[in-house]
Amino acid sequence: MKTKLTALALAATLAAAAPAMAELVVPSLSYRTGPYGANGTQYADGFADYFTLLNERDGGIGGERIQVPECETAYNTEKGVECYEATKDTGALVYNPLSTGITYQLIPKVSVDKKVLYTPGYGRTSAKNGKVFEWVFNAPANYWDGASVAIKYLLDENGGDLSGKKIALVYHNSAYGKEPIRTLQKLSEKHGFELSEIPIDPPGQEQKSQWLQIRRERPDYVIMYGWGVMNQAAIQEAANIRFPMENFIGIWWAGSEVDVLPVGAGANGYKALTFNGVGMDYPVYDDMRKFVIEPGKASQGGQYVGSALYSRGMYAAVVIAEAIRKAQEIAGTAAIDAQQLRDGFEQLDITPERLTEIGLPDFGPEISLSCANHGGSGMARLQQWDAEAKQWNLISDFTEPDQEVLEPLIAEDSEAYAREAGITPRDCN
Amino acid sequence: MLYREAGDFKTSYREDGQTFPIRLDRWGYYAVLAVAFGIVPFLINDYWASAVLVPFLIYAVAAMGLNILTGYAGQVSLGTGGFMAVGAYAVYKLMTAFPEVNIVLHILLAGGITAIVGMVFGLPSLRIKGFYLAVATLAAQFFLVWLFNKVPWFYNYSASGQITAPERTLLGYAITGPASSAAVKYLVCLCFAVVLAWVARNLTRGTLGRKWMAIRDMDIAAEIIGVNPLTAKLSAFAVSSFFVGIAGALLFAVYLGAAEVGEAFGINKSFLVLFMIIIGGLGSVFGSFAGAAFMVLLPVLLKNLLVGGFGWPTNLAAHIELMIVGGLIILFLIVEPHGLARLWRLAKEKLRLWPFPH
Repeated sequence: MKTKLTALALAATLAAAAPAMAELVVPSLSYRTGPYGANGTQYADGFADYFTLLNERDGGIGGERIQVPECETAYNTEKGVECYEATKDTGALVYNPLSTGITYQLIPKVSVDKKVLYTPGYGRTSAKNGKVFEWVFNAPANYWDGASVAIKYLLDENGGDLSGKKIALVYHNSAYGKEPIRTLQKLSEKHGFELSEIPIDPPGQEQKSQWLQIRRERPDYVIMYGWGVMNQAAIQEAANIRFPMENFIGIWWAGSEVDVLPVGAGANGYKALTFNGVGMDYPVYDDMRKFVIEPGKASQGGQYVGSALYSRGMYAAVVIAEAIRKAQEIAGTAAIDAQQLRDGFEQLDITPERLTEIGLPDFGPEISLSCANHGGSGMARLQQWDAEAKQWNLISDFTEPDQEVLEPLIAEDSEAYAREAGITPRDCN
Repeated sequence: MLYREAGDFKTSYREDGQTFPIRLDRWGYYAVLAVAFGIVPFLINDYWASAVLVPFLIYAVAAMGLNILTGYAGQVSLGTGGFMAVGAYAVYKLMTAFPEVNIVLHILLAGGITAIVGMVFGLPSLRIKGFYLAVATLAAQFFLVWLFNKVPWFYNYSASGQITAPERTLLGYAITGPASSAAVKYLVCLCFAVVLAWVARNLTRGTLGRKWMAIRDMDIAAEIIGVNPLTAKLSAFAVSSFFVGIAGALLFAVYLGAAEVGEAFGINKSFLVLFMIIIGGLGSVFGSFAGAAFMVLLPVLLKNLLVGGFGWPTNLAAHIELMIVGGLIILFLIVEPHGLARLWRLAKEKLRLWPFPH
């Protein structure tokens, strides 16, 4: 029985043969199932649809069509490794696993297998230091940038002075949620506010006790680093204890329609960070409708087009597409490999004019990467949920994070990784 | 005709009491070992190692551990995930604290540390049985996961709470870390699996195994005839946790390379290993391997068939896969509640008579 199974497995894996090597392969390690599936599926739709648009409208990038094979990871690390191993020999150029856990797994592997790892707004924050993390890019912003921008926004609200205020950090008890703790601790020393850390065990559907604790402590502000079902449970609990929603700020992964719609009117005024634009008021959507949605080529029939996570997935695809273009320009050929894409990423410069050309004016900050800086400027802004109109509205401009606090932290963390992994930092000049 | 013991006369007690008394069985066993050690390492590639063979071997070791505890000694345990976490964190602390020492020694020491922890959490078994012991071991599972999340010493004060296995070599070949090749990872896990299976088989058919089975079948009667329940139960926990700790250490160091305790060693891991031994067959070393193969290989096979072969969308395939695995588990338990090991044993018994059944 076991031999029959093995023979069938062999036949099946051979049947799932590699695609034509002449195309550009960008595997999508997505998750449409599991407790994070509702969020992950919208991101994957945006990611896939932008590449479909490029294929349909322009015939690909530089004449090469882009293949986006999907592999379901369910946010699970073992399945993520399996998906990576299954796709890496099919000519894969760049990986975007949308999971900090899977990213930590892949960081050492991509250095050996020579694939690009692009983790916008998640993953290992210190990967911004390109001298240590040669193959990892996390532009335009990372978790520490987000924490700093949130604190800067709160400073603005309080006339530049947060001393004596209480800020609670509600976080997903995993590598992802723990990322901002050190930064927020440093910022609390600098600005004099009191930080309390409240972990929530994944998947985070049960949060009553943590929110009762918040009701007792009465912090002035709550910052949330959540994902998946944890977000809507948190916002529901916050509404239950009548916490003022304007003082509740979520990181960009805690700011999507999936999180606020179930709470209804109680979520009105909830704020979240973002590094991309919101809504469908961009010229690119005209092309999207014409070439992707109306001909029926949209992922899952286009039911999530224009949502916050769809926009973010689309933005990741935009950055990858621009990097591919840059790589083709540098290499002089359209059929690039992962090494050339890495060079393309390192010389990437997406100016506001280029964004307008693509059809996404003021959608994201200027992304200008270099050998030493793989994380961009770190700029982010805030959006606020309007429960009546059921839409997100941008309420601030792109703000720079506090690099004076962040730069030493990034240097320290990346040096610790270099020591642990035995990497000598590159010399960027 | 082929599978007979006729004409095969044993002339010594040693020959009579061996594990594979029938000649064809012995040859089959040697053939499997020859293929596993001699042929597969040259044919294996990264995907087969990472997705199929290495997890199969690691979970087979964990299943053998749980089989010793639940199948042979009758102590139901839902703490397997937590004990695998102990093995992983133990090997991580040992690797980072003593980088010059051999990785194999570290893995064995990690197993030893898990054995001690297992004995501590096995103390309730002296007072409670069955379902209640399952709940006590469930407490061990949650406590250990909480402990590794809460106390920063365990993850060397890293900001993310994740542990990453540094590179270690043996005889010049990298075993842990990203540079390790598929064949090396597979061979290391295969060696551990074969040696531990040999240990398990011999422990369970010796005095200690019979004491465990006596406790499982009727512990009061066993106590009356002179089996010390304290030493029997605690030794079951110790040996089982040794196996499970080694499985956890291999899972972290050789297979995953980095681990987050809540995700990699959560309650789902405990259930997974428990399902493996239930499907495979309680109280059987072959059953541990069969159950591990079923639970590890079937999802991969289904995914390749549904997504790669039929081209279905990934979320549909993932949901159908859950349904199919669940349905097959129910089917197996109805058709053969004693598991795949019993099916195998029945097949062999019928083969002994074939082609002349009576």
